[in-house]
Amino acid sequence: MSENTPKQDKPKVGVYVCHCGSNIAGMVDVEAVRDWAREHLAEDGVVISRDYKFMCSSLGQELIEKDIKELGLERVVVAACSPHLHEKTFRTASERAGLNPYLTELVSIREQVSWVHTDKAIATEKSKALLAGTVHRVAYNTELEPLKVPINPNTLVVGGGIAGIQAALEIANAGFHVYLVEREPSIGGHMAQFDKTFPTLDCSACILTPRMVEAGTHPNITLLTWSEVMSVSGYVGNFNVTIKKRARYVNEELCTGCGICVEKCPQKVIDDVYEAGLGYRKVIYTPFAQAVPKYPVLDRPNCTYFKNGKCKACEKFCPTNAIDFTQEDEYLNVEVGNIILATGYDLFDARKVTNYGYGRLPNVFTSLEFERLSNAAGPTGGEITLRDGKTKPQTVGIIHCVGSRDKNFNNYCSSICCMQSLKFAHLVKERTGADVYEFYIDMRTPMKAYDEFYQRVLDEGTLFVRGKVAEVTNAAHGPHEKGKLIIQVEDTLVGKQRRIPVDMVILSVGMEPRHDAKQTGQLFGISCSSDGWYIERHPKLDPVTTMTEGILIAGCASGPKDIPASVAQGAAAAARVLDKILQKEVELEPIRATVNEEKCSGCRICNNLCPFNAISFIDDLAVTRINPALCQGCGTCVAACPAGAISGTGFSNEQIFAQIDGLLMGV
Amino acid sequence: MALAETVLTKGAGLKKPEDLTLLHEVAEATAGVSHLEMCIQCGTCGGSCPSAADMDHTPRALFAMLRAGMREEVLRSNTPWICVSCYHCVVRCPQEVHIADVMYTLKGMAIKAKKYTDSKPPDFSQTFVGMVETFGRSFELGLASRFYLTHQPLRLPGMAGMGWGMLTKKRMNILPTRIKNMEQLTAILEKAKTLELSS
Amino acid sequence: MNKYLFYPGCSMEGSARAYYESIKAIQGPLAMELEEIDDWNCCGATEYLSINLIPAYSLIARNLALAAKQVNGANSVMAPCSACYLNLEKADHYMAERPALGEKVNEALAAGGLHYDPGSVQIRHLVDVIINDIGLEAVKTKVVRPLTGLRVAPYLGCMVPRPDYAKRWSDHEHPSELDDLMKALGAEVIEFPMKTACCGGHMTQIGPETAYELIRRLVAEAEEFQADIMVTMCPMCQMNLDAYQGETNRHFGTNYHMPIVFFTQLMAVAFGIDPRQAGFGLELVSAKDALARIGLKAPQPEKAAPPRKKPEGLPMPKPLPKKYASGQEVVMEE
Repeated sequence: MSENTPKQDKPKVGVYVCHCGSNIAGMVDVEAVRDWAREHLAEDGVVISRDYKFMCSSLGQELIEKDIKELGLERVVVAACSPHLHEKTFRTASERAGLNPYLTELVSIREQVSWVHTDKAIATEKSKALLAGTVHRVAYNTELEPLKVPINPNTLVVGGGIAGIQAALEIANAGFHVYLVEREPSIGGHMAQFDKTFPTLDCSACILTPRMVEAGTHPNITLLTWSEVMSVSGYVGNFNVTIKKRARYVNEELCTGCGICVEKCPQKVIDDVYEAGLGYRKVIYTPFAQAVPKYPVLDRPNCTYFKNGKCKACEKFCPTNAIDFTQEDEYLNVEVGNIILATGYDLFDARKVTNYGYGRLPNVFTSLEFERLSNAAGPTGGEITLRDGKTKPQTVGIIHCVGSRDKNFNNYCSSICCMQSLKFAHLVKERTGADVYEFYIDMRTPMKAYDEFYQRVLDEGTLFVRGKVAEVTNAAHGPHEKGKLIIQVEDTLVGKQRRIPVDMVILSVGMEPRHDAKQTGQLFGISCSSDGWYIERHPKLDPVTTMTEGILIAGCASGPKDIPASVAQGAAAAARVLDKILQKEVELEPIRATVNEEKCSGCRICNNLCPFNAISFIDDLAVTRINPALCQGCGTCVAACPAGAISGTGFSNEQIFAQIDGLLMGV
Repeated sequence: MALAETVLTKGAGLKKPEDLTLLHEVAEATAGVSHLEMCIQCGTCGGSCPSAADMDHTPRALFAMLRAGMREEVLRSNTPWICVSCYHCVVRCPQEVHIADVMYTLKGMAIKAKKYTDSKPPDFSQTFVGMVETFGRSFELGLASRFYLTHQPLRLPGMAGMGWGMLTKKRMNILPTRIKNMEQLTAILEKAKTLELSS
Repeated sequence: MNKYLFYPGCSMEGSARAYYESIKAIQGPLAMELEEIDDWNCCGATEYLSINLIPAYSLIARNLALAAKQVNGANSVMAPCSACYLNLEKADHYMAERPALGEKVNEALAAGGLHYDPGSVQIRHLVDVIINDIGLEAVKTKVVRPLTGLRVAPYLGCMVPRPDYAKRWSDHEHPSELDDLMKALGAEVIEFPMKTACCGGHMTQIGPETAYELIRRLVAEAEEFQADIMVTMCPMCQMNLDAYQGETNRHFGTNYHMPIVFFTQLMAVAFGIDPRQAGFGLELVSAKDALARIGLKAPQPEKAAPPRKKPEGLPMPKPLPKKYASGQEVVMEE
């Protein structure tokens, strides 16, 4: 600890080297770095150089604050852990002492030195170099103020499944307006298709529909079903979204939801969406009885009238003249401050696993098909039957991990299939009394009351076989196997191959991201992982926000999860949105790029490079401008500009060259 | 000392230090990248195998034994010899383990250590290989006669009909075919026998 | 003219003579030029791999090296035998996937003055070549005697559709290539669920009980579906199911009579070639009865085809669209 007089033109710098216990001090000679800084960086402005065991502690911070006040420090450099952790801590400390926080920098000599090196001498030299770099750079830091942008209190929720509904209700109940956009004719999502939910065996529709009704009638929720988001522009607090409200061919003002049009429609088609291809619907239809909103939708590509000008039965019979064949798609522009994506999941296509015979062998069903069989409102009225619609199975096999935990398909675990399979076993036993076999690799039943449910199913007499099923076949090896589906599997706990004849096979297929998730993500400016799920800001500590400010994710859109987790995430996303709305303004980091309009030649090379859509071209001035609210300071445009007209606050040319000089001091 | 020895030999594996690395040793000696360490013991291989009923251990059980360092039991197992190389297991394995190729490795190890219990399969392979190393081509009549006379002479009368059929329809050659450049092949094989596959 | 380097395999001149004859017979009509690899050696089948790894792969690689030297306008090696095809494919693939293997094999090859860089030649199976290079449309134009009324069970065997490292087949378990080829000849193809099940391979020699069961399953299934004849593309499968059908019958006390021939033999007959030139008569389980059903103007099937079930009850999912390796869509016929 000593003081030196700095060079006249360099601002006064205080250097603080942290031990971080033995995390840094164990590999870096902290005292040596401190002394070296005092000696060799004095001519670069260093007037004081200290070390301390834990700089982030209150006492450590007080060291900085005291020096700023007493020594008139104009810059602070702390050599400690990663800025991701404590940059805010030290900047706030500086601010408290009256120094602009952006004049304080944190150098990582932990993550970048002590945690990755094994040679103490090299680690110490590297720490000195990194420190020198930042001391040189910080001289060119300028006082910056964070940007404040106002927040539009409206919110857009994309996806009307349970997560989206939860989020919408929480925000609406707090008194703020929500636009809830849903692609299908009704909200409800996949949960509306299920029969019972695990582990309570609550009827899915019974617990979902009250929420659906609440969302459908809430004064603060504008429900836009049969609609899709077409484009998004703007930035956090100020998004402008164009939504296409597809033509229902039904006038919502006049329709009473009586259902006569559906009854009278003569055309039936296979319902691929709600009935999972197992049942039929009319061309004008509501997907299910409790649909919200109640207005039916006309499936134009299959409509007799639109195809060859005949029919119009629905129009003839509608008592309120609500059918309107001239209706057109409507485009709405809404302004919102935050967007929550709760777009849900698609199922793995079981046809890809040819050794399970789905699509070839009639009595192999997927999990969703089974839900529809079991559901009292389904194509068989809740009777669990074989593909002929009549025969009850006497033996049923349920197969786990179809398309999941498999490098040939999806490597990840789909989280809910074990519980779902147990639920199926219970339902089959209860409804048909059939013998049930369940084939698993592991039993994943971690949450509340889940393992107890497994024990219940064991108690009911389902036979569990630990083995991933090798094939489902109708090729009998002998007369005793004829006419049955044979499940060939190794019973690994016994160590022998078994061939088990069953009547019906249920495949617990895995979850996949929505097949257009990538395109949807691009609309909103968020990315997908290599598996296709939306990426959260931090997998542990920040599961509902994304790297794009103002866009949040909830539910299965970010990865497989069960209903309680989806609901929790919907509520969490709502809470984050509400905290932004209640602050009325959001503060944005001022680390951004700006265009020097005098130097800009209007070449527009940078225009399409921005990953955050922050760059626009001002036609009448023939220059490019950067929206500071959208800019995340990535530096792509700065590097690309051939005229050097773009510079970044926080990463200007002077700062970067100075940092390089400092790094290479010892060379 | 004697007591400690007996205790050690009763448990599975861990008799010698190299038993601990048995899994890795087999993975290394297998052609291609075998991914053997990735096995999650799901049983797809044992479930897929058309001849599993005749194996004393399913392929999956064999890999568990490899992990446990049970060298003796693995090399004595008849499993690799009953593998028909149909590759059902390979294409279905969720961890992309090259199961069929691991079986080939185990066969080679069993032969080197002379640990197999039934000598028919290794003898068949070695007789076949002997023909190829002499002529450069396989020689079915030579192979059949040498093999059946040594191992299954009682089967021959029952096969007489088939043998006669094959001969009269000229589907079996009386004399072996030889390749032209046998010296080249011999040189290659002799050199190859001195080489070992390691990382 | 499609030109290929030809790797016949040892069985072509012996047990699979019918395959060889019929390939030669259809070569002309298919405009396929085959140049035999000069002085090729045995691939080692499944035997050498069981003894010693490096010599086994060196044995195979000598053929690859010779083929690479012989490349002149054709860098594809066509191997009609499944085991040969798989061995060549594996050697090429593993030498690339595991550089250490490639190095050791090349060290051995060097002792014979040879060298092979993995990837230098493409390895193709005959069926793959017919479907993806020559094309089914071309095959159809050569059919002069459609195999109407002949119920065929397509049996691919295991080693060609699997492991299929080069991804040339539409599926590992139920590929449609052989089915479609037989349909192109006008035959009625049954939905044979065991089309890629294993015949037992060399178990007929070293573990006959195991083999008999595998053979029985295949033959029984084909009879169950009332096939007149099975076609295969593997010499080992043909031999096992044909030459050992008698022993299988004796072992189980059954009385199966399921002829099995090579697919090229049916192609030759459909192209109007005399069956004897197409290798018929070499099979031990006679295909005479099956042959008698081809070429009749108004076929009167003695066995009634199983009645087609009218779809009722719950709808079935639509089949996944399948593609051949060449990118053509698989034609789904009812």
